[in-house]
Amino acid sequence: MNLVTGLSMLDLARFQFAMTTVFHFFIVPLSIGLGLIVSIMETMYVIKKDDTYKRMAKFWGKIFLLSFAVGVVTGIIQEFQFGMNWSRYSRYVGDIFGPALAVEALVAFFMESTFLGLWMFGWDRFSKGLHLTFIWLTSLGSMFSALWILAANSFMQNPVGFRIDHKFDRAVLVDFPALLTNHQLWTQFPHVIFGTFLAGSFVVMGVSAFSFLRHTKDVTLFKKSIHIASVVALVGTVGVLWTGDMHAYDLQNDQPMKFAAMEGISQDVGGKNEQEAWALVAYTNPKTHETEWSLDVPYLLSILAHHSLTGSNKGTQTINKELHAEFDKKFGKDMSYWVPANTLFYSFRIMAASSMVFGLLGLAAWWVTRAKSSFDFEKHRWVLWIYGIATYLPFVVITAGWFVTELGRYPWIVYGVLTIADSVSPNVTFTSLLVSNILYFLTFSALGGIMIYLARRVMIQGPEPAKSELDNEGATDPYSSAAFAQGGTD
Amino acid sequence: MSMLQLLWFVLIAVLFSGFFFLEGFDFGIGMSLRTVAKTDAEQDALIDSIGPHWDGNEVWLITAGGAMFAAIPYWYASLFSGFYIILLIILLGLIYRGVSFEFRGSMETSKYRDLWTTISALCSFIVPFFFGVLFTDVVAGMPMDKEGNILATAGFFDYLNVFSIIGGVALALLSYMHGLNYMRLKLLPGELVTRAANQLKVLYPVLLVGEVAFAVALYFSTDFFVEKPVLTVALLAAVVLLTVLSWFASLKNHQMVAFLALGLVIIMIVVLLFVGLFPRVMVATDPANSILLKNATSTPYTLKWMTGIALTTVPIVIAYQAWSFWTFRQRIKVNGK
Repeated sequence: MNLVTGLSMLDLARFQFAMTTVFHFFIVPLSIGLGLIVSIMETMYVIKKDDTYKRMAKFWGKIFLLSFAVGVVTGIIQEFQFGMNWSRYSRYVGDIFGPALAVEALVAFFMESTFLGLWMFGWDRFSKGLHLTFIWLTSLGSMFSALWILAANSFMQNPVGFRIDHKFDRAVLVDFPALLTNHQLWTQFPHVIFGTFLAGSFVVMGVSAFSFLRHTKDVTLFKKSIHIASVVALVGTVGVLWTGDMHAYDLQNDQPMKFAAMEGISQDVGGKNEQEAWALVAYTNPKTHETEWSLDVPYLLSILAHHSLTGSNKGTQTINKELHAEFDKKFGKDMSYWVPANTLFYSFRIMAASSMVFGLLGLAAWWVTRAKSSFDFEKHRWVLWIYGIATYLPFVVITAGWFVTELGRYPWIVYGVLTIADSVSPNVTFTSLLVSNILYFLTFSALGGIMIYLARRVMIQGPEPAKSELDNEGATDPYSSAAFAQGGTD
Repeated sequence: MSMLQLLWFVLIAVLFSGFFFLEGFDFGIGMSLRTVAKTDAEQDALIDSIGPHWDGNEVWLITAGGAMFAAIPYWYASLFSGFYIILLIILLGLIYRGVSFEFRGSMETSKYRDLWTTISALCSFIVPFFFGVLFTDVVAGMPMDKEGNILATAGFFDYLNVFSIIGGVALALLSYMHGLNYMRLKLLPGELVTRAANQLKVLYPVLLVGEVAFAVALYFSTDFFVEKPVLTVALLAAVVLLTVLSWFASLKNHQMVAFLALGLVIIMIVVLLFVGLFPRVMVATDPANSILLKNATSTPYTLKWMTGIALTTVPIVIAYQAWSFWTFRQRIKVNGK
């Protein structure tokens, strides 16, 4: 513990991990989601041969590229961080966690970066079909990357395919395919991917709405963009609800403490023929760990947790005793198994409530941008403002999701196997950690700020003009950099 | 020590060689934005020359880090936690450089464009310099405890000293010249390329002096000449001969030969460092605390899986990266593409 700040090394290392992960995961879902949407747009261009779709893919492609650049560089921090801040963790599970990371690089990173380069610089160099293949390969690569990093995270949540090697005091892999067949992965991975659909689609809808607010001339292009995005948003909404439900169902067995805290139950609820109420709002006293008050919806918890009208769940108090009984021998009596209940509870409420909002907004946007619709979306400023503001919502929700996942695993870094406290590098100094925290914080603030500023500029500049407009105005815009460059050679 | 352990030690050397060879010229191009290019158009042309590739080249580093984590986790843990501040500087360098190309291109005013050009150039120097420092420190040895952790009490001069600064400068200079050679290869002849060629004429003798200084420092700071005298001398001789070959090829305008020979110099230096390191992965000031390869790797089971995956994916990766270079082989013209 440092006397001046009152913070321990562990606090700083955990803060750094949270900060870098949250920032990285603002950007990554955006690039995965946008990558998919741009791929769809270019596919439409290749099929329909309508130039609007090409301009669309290029316009959204610019924002995609910005997010990709920031995503790549923040990802490098993630990889280095395990060794830098968590060297004891790296030694303990390197045999298992390392391969997942290495395969991510070998299979996914090379693929995304190489084909993105070909896509970015190859618009007029390749046949339409080949150029389209590049963006799909980039998109696919980024999803592969999510698969492998989540395989690593799923191992931390629900460790499988390993045994403890007591001689070297480490966990070793005995079943590589088990990392990929881990049931945690097959709820978490699709959940995250559907989440990226929401991030990408709401940014497209939001930026389109802002463009309408700025009286863009490209009404058709933005309307069609919204239409495509709204379908992606609807698929995303159904997907996150479906996979989220499956995931919560599994959690009752895999990580009961996390589940009970998410639902705000400190005492056991329900019974064989009894219903369980779902708390809409609740408050858990962080000292006594008792849920002191809540506003309940009858039957709902049984429906959500058991897909039935009756059922029972253990409260955090019971689970705490069970965890002590199970793990005291290994981790000692003084270990605390309490998770930050209110944070988990409200993070989960944000996720649940927002998915309703996503569904409604997606559906409404789809309805009013159909070809048949007579509603002039672009003329209702208050509607546009709603979509503009909704741009930011998926990012709040994704962060809430990571709070539930990561904080709910406390006190473990690998559930039931290794504690967070036992994972931190023994030789890194307080000063090093403090300095790196400050520098990362400043860097992320700068990158985030510049990215939003540049995305806004891309929006103000708007899509490149259609060919017909170009023909009217002559081949080159007299104010473009190309014109200046030509002038310079004369 | 098993064959698999040895194979992964070699594979990690290959990955780092790939990184320094490929990203080396990206760094060189980055530095030359400020030292060779004089106009905006020249800078644009330089960035275009690495535009489609630099990101893929950087993945070689990420893969090297990942492979180290997967195959030799005790090395990864010890190296990354021990070189905390140096890696922090490298990371920040990679971050700001990584976004600089995209940000520079999107800036509105020439003032901010200029700022990002400078950031790009500066970071392109910082990253190879500190990688040079890091690797020379590793072979020179660091104060370590029995668990293989570099001591928290290791001081400034343990990290930065005459030898490691020579290593840093050498790698930065090599990357810079590698970039200039790449520029001569990728850009159509013109003022910019002539300036690069003129700089190279001066830099080759400087590099040779630097290599001799490095060899002398190697003699005093490491056990290379004691433990593996023949290999060390042979590799150092190869470094010098390849440099001379690259120099003459450069003077005779055989740009491809000059580029490849200097690239091989970079690879030979990586090979030299890995050969000298072997059979250790971390050298401790007290030899008893050095980490040996045989005690540092993952289990044979994991290594077998990783070997299978690496041997199937790496050739595919090399194939499509090479195809990407082939596709963009056309030389770039300054001012209007």
